[in-house]
Amino acid sequence: MVAAPGSARIEIHNVAGHPAVGPRPREIELNTADLSPTLHAEGDSLFHIPTLDEFFPDAILFAGTPFEFNRVQLVRLIMIAVVLIVLCIIASRAKLVPGRAQSIVELIIDFVHNGIIKNTLGLKEGLRFAPFLITLFFFLLTMNIAGVIPGLNLAGTSVIGLPLLAALWTFVIYVGAGVKKRGIAGYLKHETAPPGLPKPIYLLLVPIEFLQVVLIRWASLTIRLLANMVAGHIMMVVFIGLTQGLLLSGSWLVAVSPFAGALAIGIYGFEIFVAALQAFIFTILAAVYIQMATADEH
Amino acid sequence: MILSALEGNVASIGYGLAAIGPGIGIGIIVGKTAEATARQPELRGALQSTMFIGIAFTEILTLLAIVTGLLFG
Repeated sequence: MVAAPGSARIEIHNVAGHPAVGPRPREIELNTADLSPTLHAEGDSLFHIPTLDEFFPDAILFAGTPFEFNRVQLVRLIMIAVVLIVLCIIASRAKLVPGRAQSIVELIIDFVHNGIIKNTLGLKEGLRFAPFLITLFFFLLTMNIAGVIPGLNLAGTSVIGLPLLAALWTFVIYVGAGVKKRGIAGYLKHETAPPGLPKPIYLLLVPIEFLQVVLIRWASLTIRLLANMVAGHIMMVVFIGLTQGLLLSGSWLVAVSPFAGALAIGIYGFEIFVAALQAFIFTILAAVYIQMATADEH
Repeated sequence: MILSALEGNVASIGYGLAAIGPGIGIGIIVGKTAEATARQPELRGALQSTMFIGIAFTEILTLLAIVTGLLFG
């Protein structure tokens, strides 16, 4: 049996360490061997399991330098260019009674305004951060949707750079808002030590909350967005590749391909939903963190 | 002597174990939201927002399991 790279072996030993007296214990070996090396080794041209190499395609320009331009960057540039041009044209022709295109953009902006800003920040504070939140939502929505657009097929947020950038941007904004309101010491005290708790709890609470503010919030924002996009893309690749492999195999497996095809279409629709949902969750969490930083004491 | 042995890609087993908790957790969150919406349908919007925030926090642990499996081989 081929031991896959990076695999491990878990063994459970008899405590006594000597052969048991009585009926010989059956040795059941659980075989979860990673079959992908054998699938690769056979040179199976019909279906190969995708690896993380999907997200690191060959360089188109400037190979080997830090400014390597590959397919991920190309997708990001195309989406940004398209969305910027479309939004600029619509905004420059804004009318009081909106036409169809303007209505769609207004629908999205209203969704962010009513669904996120009104519910978390309230209208007074909320209007200050509305440009940031609306920009963040549009940005992440377009980057995520690129994963389901037929020609591009790769989400702009599926490599860590872009989620990290958005998370650090959010971090700077909510820490900046809190520090501007109360000063650094005041902000840390407000976040880590809410008043009105019995004294010993603060020993436990303050380090955890400090770690939350400084590290865990932006790291979890990054990982949530990244892992959702990576997992969704790999699921789509597996199901669509599976359907193609089954169809082209020519044997009795062709009969199974409609089920694989239905699953592929289902995952495709689910991926569209997840793209919008992850943009929404990122934005609403950013709004919640800003609200927690700028809230007044009761 | 070895009582039982496990060989191969242990990262997928780790992910499988990590998917249990958030699965239960998200089920509880959405169930409670459905219950609360049935009691007070006029609060549907606010309850839905809270539900999504809760789902985000519970799901992050499963996603950390995916990423940890990828990081450590």
